[in-house]
Formats: sequence, C-alpha cells, structure tokens
Amino acid sequence: MIVDGSEVSLKKFLSDLPPVDQVGAEARASMLATRSIKTTSKAWAIDMAISMVDLTTLEGADSAGKVKALCAKAVRPDPTDLTVPSVGAICVYNDMVKIARTELDAIGGGDVAVAAVATAFPSGRATLTVKKLDTQDAIDAGANEIDMVIDRGAFLSGHLGEVFDQIKVIKELCGNKAHLKVILETGELVTYDNVRKASYLAMLAGADFIKTSTGKVAPAATAPVVLVMLEAVRDYFALTGTRIGVKPAGGIRTTKDAIKQLVLVNETAGSEWLKPSLFRIGASALLNDLLMQRMKLRTGHYASANYVTMD
Amino acid sequence: MSSFEYASAPESKAIANIASSYGLFIGGKFVEPKKGKSFNTINPANEELLSKVGYADKLDIDLAVKSARSAFTKVWSKLPAKERGKYLYRIARILQERAREFAVVETLDNGKPIRESRDTDIPLAAAHFFYHAGWADKLEYAGVGNKPKPLGVVGQIIPWNFPLLMLAWKIAPALAAGNTVVLKPAETTPLTALLFAQVCQQAGLPEGVVNIVTGDGITGAALVNHPDINKIAFTGSTEVGKAIARSISATKKSATLELGGKAANIVFDDAAIDEAVEGIVNGIFFNQGHVCCAGSRLLIQENVSDEVIEKLKKRMSLIRVGDPMDKNTDLGAINSKEQLKRIHEISNTGDAEGANRWSPECKLPTKGYWYPPTIFTGVSQSHRIARDEIFGPVLSVLTFRTPAEGIEKANNSMYGLSAGIWSDKGAKILWAAKQLKAGVIWANTFNKFDPASPFGGYKESGWGREGGRHGLAGYLASDAKVSK
Amino acid sequence: MSRLDINKTYKLFIAGAFPRSESGRVYEIKGAYKKFIANPAMASRKDLRDAVVAAKAAQSGWANATAFNRGQILYRIAEIMQGRSEQFVDEICALEGVSNKAAKTQVDEAIDTWVWYSGWCDKLSSVTGSLNPVSGPFYNFTTPEPLGVVAVFAESKPSLLGAVRTLAPVLAGGNTAVLIASESYPLPVITLSEALATSDLPAGVVNILTGKTAELAPWVGSHMEIDGVDVAGLSKKQEEELKLVGADNLKRVFRFTPSNHPERILGFMEQKTVWHPIGL
Repeated sequence: MIVDGSEVSLKKFLSDLPPVDQVGAEARASMLATRSIKTTSKAWAIDMAISMVDLTTLEGADSAGKVKALCAKAVRPDPTDLTVPSVGAICVYNDMVKIARTELDAIGGGDVAVAAVATAFPSGRATLTVKKLDTQDAIDAGANEIDMVIDRGAFLSGHLGEVFDQIKVIKELCGNKAHLKVILETGELVTYDNVRKASYLAMLAGADFIKTSTGKVAPAATAPVVLVMLEAVRDYFALTGTRIGVKPAGGIRTTKDAIKQLVLVNETAGSEWLKPSLFRIGASALLNDLLMQRMKLRTGHYASANYVTMD
Repeated sequence: MSSFEYASAPESKAIANIASSYGLFIGGKFVEPKKGKSFNTINPANEELLSKVGYADKLDIDLAVKSARSAFTKVWSKLPAKERGKYLYRIARILQERAREFAVVETLDNGKPIRESRDTDIPLAAAHFFYHAGWADKLEYAGVGNKPKPLGVVGQIIPWNFPLLMLAWKIAPALAAGNTVVLKPAETTPLTALLFAQVCQQAGLPEGVVNIVTGDGITGAALVNHPDINKIAFTGSTEVGKAIARSISATKKSATLELGGKAANIVFDDAAIDEAVEGIVNGIFFNQGHVCCAGSRLLIQENVSDEVIEKLKKRMSLIRVGDPMDKNTDLGAINSKEQLKRIHEISNTGDAEGANRWSPECKLPTKGYWYPPTIFTGVSQSHRIARDEIFGPVLSVLTFRTPAEGIEKANNSMYGLSAGIWSDKGAKILWAAKQLKAGVIWANTFNKFDPASPFGGYKESGWGREGGRHGLAGYLASDAKVSK
Repeated sequence: MSRLDINKTYKLFIAGAFPRSESGRVYEIKGAYKKFIANPAMASRKDLRDAVVAAKAAQSGWANATAFNRGQILYRIAEIMQGRSEQFVDEICALEGVSNKAAKTQVDEAIDTWVWYSGWCDKLSSVTGSLNPVSGPFYNFTTPEPLGVVAVFAESKPSLLGAVRTLAPVLAGGNTAVLIASESYPLPVITLSEALATSDLPAGVVNILTGKTAELAPWVGSHMEIDGVDVAGLSKKQEEELKLVGADNLKRVFRFTPSNHPERILGFMEQKTVWHPIGL
C-alpha cells in the first residue's frame, strides 16, 4: 500500500511528488500542438476520437426527447455512413440515466456506456450522505460510469484526507457495477502542482479515470492540464502497474482540438492509452465537427453542417 | 492502421526558388568571382545538389572590403541614424514576409527540422533586425559614452548551425551601430545568406553596406587578414577563434568571438523532473546538437539520477528522426559528412573509455548524414566525451552528490559559454547561477535566445557578447580602450 | 656625525607576505641623479607562478565579498596611503626626479583614484547590468562578474599613479591581481604593497612583483591561469607578443587611455545573463 489513507501519509506522499514548472509544461504542450496530422493518420485519429467521445448533455433544459435523440446520435453518429464508430458513452444527469440506458439498449447501443454525473455535480457542495445517495441512485438507474466531482474546497484548504475518503466511499458504492471517473475541476485548482496532486489523490483513492472538468468552469481541459494528468497516469502505472484513464472535458470543440489531445496522449502516456477504455473526451459540439472532417477526408471536398445531424 | 503513426507531413519545396548558381554579393550586385571558381552546396538529408555558389578568394575579398569601405565613408556614416534604422526595419519586415521561403531554404541547405527553422531560426532572425533597428538612433543611450562612433568595416564569419540567425546576430547590430560589413557564410550553408542579399536589394539598402562572400576557411582567413578591416566578428570553433586572435594580435583590429562550449546541465533533486527532462532533450537534441551552447554534459544529483535517466530514455524514444522537411521531425540530418565523421570519432572514444552508450530504436534514412539521439551514462570527468565539444546529438551523463560538487564539476572545463540549472528552490538557483562560470545561465529552461538578451562566453568560449545592449557595444568604438 | 639612515630592503609581495625572489636575484635602481637607491628583487617566472597561485586562491573570496565590503577595503587603502603620503612623495622625488609639488600631486591623485574606484564597487551592476525584456515568460538579467586573475603591467611614469590606476579597477570588479611594477620605477609600488598589507585587503588579492618586464611578459602571456592583462607598462612590441601567446587561453588583453574610466573595470569582467521562467 502506497498510503494508509491518513492525512499525514497523504500529505507526505503528495508533497514528495516533483513540482511542475508552469512555463516548461506549457511549452511542451504547445510544441506538441504543432504536430501535423495528415491523411491516413488523420482518418485514424478521427475515428478514434469519435469512439472516445462522451457525448454530453448537462443542461437544466434536458428532456427525455433530447436524451433519446442524443442516444441515436451516439450509436450511429452518421446515419449515412455506417462505418462511423459509436461514441464511448452518453453523459447525463441522474434522472436521465434510465431513459438513456433503455433507449441505447433499444436501438442497438448496448456497448455505449451511460455515465452519470453524481455527488452534487457540478459544485460538489453537499453532505457525504447526499453524495452517496446521489451515486447509489445513478447506479440503481443503470449507470455504467459515475463522474463524481471532488470537494475542491476541502482540497484547497488542505483537507486531503476528506477528499480521499469521499472518493473511496463512492468507489466502494460503485463496486464492480460502475467505473468511477473523478472530476478534479482543474480550473478551480489553478496550479499545475495542484492538478498533479489531485490526480494522484484520486488515483490513490481508487479512481478508474481522472477527468479535468465539469464543463461549468473555465478554463477547462487545456492542453497543459491534460499533459500533467497524462504524466500522472503514466507515472502511476510505473509505480503500481495499474493504468488509470484520463478524460478531458470542456472546451474541446473541433477536430483539431481533439487530434491535439490524441497527440498529447500518444507522446505523454503512450500509445497504450489510445483506446476508449483509457481515454475519453467529454464534449457535445465536437462530434459534428469530427463527422464533417471525416466527410471531407472521404469525399475530398469541404463538408457543410447541413449534412450532419443536429443532435 | 492500428496505431497512431504520424503520416508524412512534408513542407512544400515549391516556395523555395533556389537558383542553379549564385555569384558573390559585392557592392549591391551579384558578381562572378574573379577567378570564376565555384563550389557545390548540397542537401545533407539526401546529398542532392542544391546549387553552385561562387568561391571568393583574396581578390574578391579585397573588392568586397573596398566596397564596404566606400559605402562606409561615402554613404552609411553620413546617413542620419534614424534613416539607418529604417533600413533595418525594412529588412526585418521583408524577412517576416518571406519567412516561409527562408525556412524551407534553411532546412534544405542545413538539414535542420522545418519545425525549428520555421518556429525558431527565421522568426528570431527577423526579431534581431527589428530589435537593432530601434537602437540605430539611440546609440548615445547604449552606455558607451555620449558620442558613440562606429568602428568602420567589420568582417564577419558565421557557422553552419544557424545560418540566417547567425547572420542576423552579426549584421543587425553592426549596421545599427553604423558599420558596414563583409560577411562570409559557412561553406556548407551559404544559401540563406545569398537569399538575404536579395532582401538587401529589396530593402533598397545602399550598395556595399552589406557584402556577402561565399567560400571556405581560406576565404575566411583572407577576410580576417585584410588590412582594411576594423573588426572581426566570428562564431565558430575555439580552435579557429584562437587562430583569429593570433592573426590580429599585431593589428588594430578588435574582435568578438563566439566559440565552443561544453555546457553543464545540472539537475538537482528538487527539480520539476518532467520539465527537466524536456529541458535536457531540448538542450542536447535541439538542432541535432549543433549548438555551441548545447547542454552536452548532464549532471544529475545522484539520488534522482535513476529516475531522470529512465524518464529521459522514455522521452528519447519519442524523438522523431528523419526527413527534415517533415513538419513532425524532431531531429534532422547532420550538416555534413565531415561533421558526422567528427561525431562518430569522439563518440567512439566514449565506448572505448568505458562509458555506456544508449540510443532509442530508430530507423535512419539510408542517404544523407544521420546520427541517432545518443546518451552515454557512467561518464566521468576525465572521459573525452565529457570534455570535448561533440557538436552532435550526443549527451554525456554524470552524477554528483552535493550542490558544491555539482558546481565544481560544471566549472571544470576550459569552456564557459552556458549552463543549465534545474531546481524548484529559488535560493539554490541564484546560488548556483552565481557560482557557475558561464556567460548564459538557463535556470529551469534551456536553449532560449532573444535579441534583447546578451549571449557569449567565459574562458575559452569567446570574447564579448552578442545581443542586447552589451552586444551592441561591441560594434561601437570605446573611448577608454586603446586599440593600439 | 649625523645618524645613519636605515635603508629599506625592497622585496616582493606575494600572498600577503614579503618574500625575496626565489631566484635570489636583485637589480640596482638608481635615482634621478644616478644615485644608488635600492636593490629590489628581480622576480623570476617561479615567483610569477607563486603570485598567480596566491591570486587564484584568493579569487573566490574576493569576488564573493559584498560589493560594499570591497568598496570599504579600497577606501581603506586610500586612508592608509594618505597616512604614508610623505614617504610616497619622497620616493617619487628621488626616483622620478620631479619636484616635491609634482610628486605630492601624483600621490594625491593616486589616493583619489582608490576613492573613485572604491565608490564604483557597489554601483557597477546597477549601471552596467540590465534587465532584458525578452519575448516570453522569462525573467532575464545580465550582471558583470570578475574574470578571475588579472595581470597588470604598471605604467612606468607616473610610477605610483600609474600602478594605482591600473590596479584599482581590477580589484573593484572583484578580480585578484598580479601587479608587475615598472622595471625602472618600482619603489613607490613596493611601498604601496606595504599600504595594501595593512588595509584589510585579504592576502593574495594583490601580489606585486618587481624585475625585468621583458623577462616576465612572455610568462604572463602564456600562463593559462591568468585570464586578463592590462598592458599599460608594455611596449607595443611586447604587447603584440603577449597577445600572440595569450591567444592560447583567449586572454582578455587591454591597454587603456591614461585616465580613470569604468571601462577599465568592465574590460576585466564578464557579463553573465540568467534566464528564469515566470510562472506558478
């Protein structure tokens, strides 16, 4: 066991981690952004990115109709081209989990997971009792994945044990029924040092995935933040032999953005992480841009938004 | 395709209009060398002929110096400083406009990755002209007295590792200070200098202010020894630098020398390791290690050395070696056959002396000049690979136990051009920066250059500085030093 | 019968001590009226070697002393010289054959030169360093630092002032020095060493040799531990020869106009530029 879960052991472990130099990390991320991905590798990357999308709707105005439409899109993103892979998951609030699961199963999307944002998403400001109930509720409704938020207030005020315990409790609830994705909300953690520490804290507590953001706070999944998290899963693997997944969410809207993410994965954590079970992209608008770029590659001319479906 | 392999993404050569032959640029015009001799310049990535360029001998040098002298006395020194500055601004702008073309030609002639010529060499070269343009009418504030005067005609000799950038480092301050120049580009990389001659024409620069003479070491020596040269500015090997110092010892000529280095890159145990690894890679593999200030001696604090070396090896496995014109290439071709031979020769002593060589698996092209990214571990101070400048993608790794030992090993060199420090502790960084005998200290970064930042070495790494206010002073007459 | 004067034995000044030349050699100095004055030591190349060892050993201590502290010590030298000014005046008169008034003016100027350079110690970095506005998130600054060991060939005349104005700037910048006194007019310089020895200047920071310039110059030129040379006291020919051999370790060799100038300090300093990222 790397840590015993006590505040002291966590503090010791996290403070022993090497620091992150902001300028250096950003320089590395922006250098990787210059990679030029063309032709066959672009086609490969687009399909990979599509299969990694956590197609997300997290609005107060979400309705059964909207979620069902999203499910259809998730299973067959381009109805005119059945070679397009399904997305990785649908990401919704708890009350839409059952609707989504039922719909997906009904339309042949059994492989598409349903992820629920739980534990008082997005702020995480609720008692542990509520967070547990929230999580249990999602699992009971058929969620395959739980996207929980950490208590950033507790993290920033140094109560690492509290953050750790909460993740651990939620992980226990998930058991083998659901994968646990832990949202760090990096935009509120501010520094890369904090991102690295929070990544390790989540992994030590049992996260299957670490996720950048709720999508409700800016900045969200910036390249250097993802870089630091990818370094964390890479080094955690070296330490424990366990591969933890990474999910950037928020701000990834174009094919270019998505391919940059894949390049980051490829040249940081390594090609082993280039699969939907270890890398996801939380997005909504991104999928259509990926589809349009895919059309462009296939047909040779630029696509129009009129030819991809709205939802 | 089952994994993420980057398909080739070549930059187009179409933008480069390389003529089949070039004359010498003297008095604002391209002229044939007096004896009509020429030599080939090739693409080191595939050994294909790029162009033939004129070979300047003593007679041509004499013409070029006369042209520079005449331009100095009749035109350039009489021009209001403000107008001089405007020419430099024009040059800066034209370089920006033609940046892509320059990047392509630089990569073809030099072998460096297009990413580097595009993102580093050419923008920095333009920035140097922009920066120095602004000095032209502010020389009295440069800290060399109230009435600073130019030196006259400056002979400039530049190396092949950053052809256009080194040209900019030399010509921009010289012209801003009011001098005229005769510049000799390196034998293997003359093309961007000749392209720059066209830029001078486009900018309407008065004839003779900039003269560009191509040739080899003999051409350079003729320039150094020409009696009507006031100053020599040279970037190159320490060996040639010393020869120049001897050549001018009995003359009134002054000199700026940017020479060799064997920079220590020191990683302390509290460093940001991932960024340090990036810095190490950038320090030695940037520009194939053809960098005088390359971080070629890695000194790692012993208690983190295993971790750093392991991460470094992993990172090195990601270095993309190959076609310099591919936008994803990280490590391009070695500039010449001669240089490749030298890299082999010195590196082989590493094996012979008992150091452990390691390179990631990488397929090198069959044509052209190539060397894989290489590190030697288990190196000691006395090994030749820890002392001699290799000027290639070869890193020697040493360890130290205490900060004082690290500094002592770092300073144990005849060179003193640059050094790197990696630590998260401010006080330690400033302490180390103070102890290190080197002209440029990169703390938590490496191989950064800027026109505003003076560059140059201690000890046998050279005389004087280039860049910034301190570099400019080297092109102005001192009112306290007696030239003889 | 009047009292017989006690004549001074003029020796070398190395590592804070006053040794004779290891060679046992001396040479005769005659004054303005061909009158015998003294037999100062004729330093050998081995004395030079010892002086350089002492200078090298003292270098980091002197360079790392605070600028304020170096300034205080240089000022202290002026104070001590002021107290001994009559002795300097007498020596200069006897040696150079100048009037008492002229000698006094020279001594005063020499003392004031120490004061002038003393004041430079803690201003150099502010005046000649820079904070460089590079394009990027980096803090970038340039500061002057001493070269190391500098050899100084003092001007012959004015004998004392010539030595002081070459020596003081070298020290102000944090270098340690080997001063080779003028061959014909060494005595005030040796007396200067007595002032230096009693002025809180750490041993080895200044080392003074007397002897034959032509004999010592080539050894200075080829000594790899000497980083810079002020050739004020050398002929053009000697300067050229020294530069030629000095190229072996790229010695910084300069001759300055005979006046006080900050460039005299800066000529024997390197500019160090430090980059550091600005970030969280």
